[in-house]
Amino acid sequence: MDLNELTKRSGEWLRGSGPESDIVISSRIRLARNLADFPFISKATEMDRAEIEKVLRDRVAEIQEEGNLTYLDVNELGGLDRQFLVERQLISREHAESEGARGVAIDPGERVSLMINEEDHLRIQVMHSGFDLENAWNRIDEIDDRIEEKITFAFSGTLGYLTACPTNVGTGMRVSVMLHLPALVITRQIEKVFRSLQKISLAVRGLYGEGSQAMGDFYQISNQITLGRSEVDLIKQVGDVVPVLIDYERRARDFLMQESQESLHDRVSRAFGILSTAQTISSEETMHLLSSVRMGVNLGLIPDVEMPIVNELFIRTQPAHLQKISGSELDTADRNIERARFLRRHLNHEDGGPQDN
Amino acid sequence: MKCQECNKPATFHITELVSGQAQELHFCEDHAREYLTHGEEEQVSAPSLAGALAHQLAVGQTAEELARLDQKACPVCGITFYEFRSQGRFGCPHDYECFIEELKPLLMSIHGEGEHVGKCPAHSASDSVRQTDLIRLRREMKEAVSDEDYELASKLRDDIRKIEGGSDSL
Repeated sequence: MDLNELTKRSGEWLRGSGPESDIVISSRIRLARNLADFPFISKATEMDRAEIEKVLRDRVAEIQEEGNLTYLDVNELGGLDRQFLVERQLISREHAESEGARGVAIDPGERVSLMINEEDHLRIQVMHSGFDLENAWNRIDEIDDRIEEKITFAFSGTLGYLTACPTNVGTGMRVSVMLHLPALVITRQIEKVFRSLQKISLAVRGLYGEGSQAMGDFYQISNQITLGRSEVDLIKQVGDVVPVLIDYERRARDFLMQESQESLHDRVSRAFGILSTAQTISSEETMHLLSSVRMGVNLGLIPDVEMPIVNELFIRTQPAHLQKISGSELDTADRNIERARFLRRHLNHEDGGPQDN
Repeated sequence: MKCQECNKPATFHITELVSGQAQELHFCEDHAREYLTHGEEEQVSAPSLAGALAHQLAVGQTAEELARLDQKACPVCGITFYEFRSQGRFGCPHDYECFIEELKPLLMSIHGEGEHVGKCPAHSASDSVRQTDLIRLRREMKEAVSDEDYELASKLRDDIRKIEGGSDSL
């Protein structure tokens, strides 16, 4: 599997087939680990980094079943390819933009990604569609165990897994769930939700945006604390809150359907109308309108399009994706045209040429 | 350097790490205090490491005490406390021992807890002396090379090989 093949497919987690996937897009768990006998990244020399990469890359190759993991040397990739991986959520922005020897191993379903030489020597990430933390945890726990059979991680009995940044020490674990909350935004309850989450030490971040200005109404809930609580507890901490948020969002949607169905229907239909006919469109506007369409599809107000397509459009209308799909580098104006073309093609069931999809 | 809010000298230098980007802020003591307490109410995001650090250091550290603390360096990787609090990242696992006194209140303020509960690796660096020796020797070797003391570098490389070769028990 090479990078170009990835452009033609979607990750498993985008299919929208997991539990509660009308509201929960994905569940993600990340573990941070470091080799015990090397300095952390900030004090690692080029030679150290190359050695660390080799040790971990070899070990990752050993643990995979049927050779299913693809290794990408991020240092060798061009800017567009790196940006592409960030848009796919397979590597972090930091990993794409930093320098020095580093890489990532990815599975074909794009559920597993192992970053080498990011902020820590090894960052394991598992992402599942919908609300599926327990299975994601089982998968990542096993991967961690298998790597560790032949690797010694930096670990202290009192402080746990030692990480470059003290905000990650202990379990080294970040648990996040990504939710789509358009009705809570429309009914102006989203701020209240944020404040209540903060009180129980959960972080809320708008995806594709900052703070409460989340574009596309996507929000990521994650744990802030990594030390002093077990992995299972931290997963529970996040996992307990999700059904509450799902309930709030569903109620807000019901409310809108009952109190102002025409207005809601109009909103989502107009969004769909613009997306399927515009000749040029920015990514901000696309996010905003796709969010309405997504809610419309969930509520059965837009029969013309299916959920997996909508989920894919969020990813594939982003800048690096568009350029890789079209096969050339494009400036903003050209991207906006290309984006509109892509949307028209996929929302109007027109089959494109052999190079598409 | 002046405080970014007023004309007094800046004694608190905060680096906010937001999504991997470092943002530098410089405050006098009063504005630092204001930023940290005010900020907590407005921010939706998690309390940052730098914020927790600055907050902790604001309590009862004189300028001289802080200057002295800043000089403290890890014998294994060479990082100074000043470097740590500027970049928000440690240099090696041994830093967690070397700076443990300063770290304890910091961990309490970030996590509300100070001890690990949860998963442990099946085997750990029980011989942590070996691990930290390796890190230190590699650094000394790099310095010997840049000082063009190749005899020393060669000797250090042999020491490293001996230690690495010694524990094939994994």
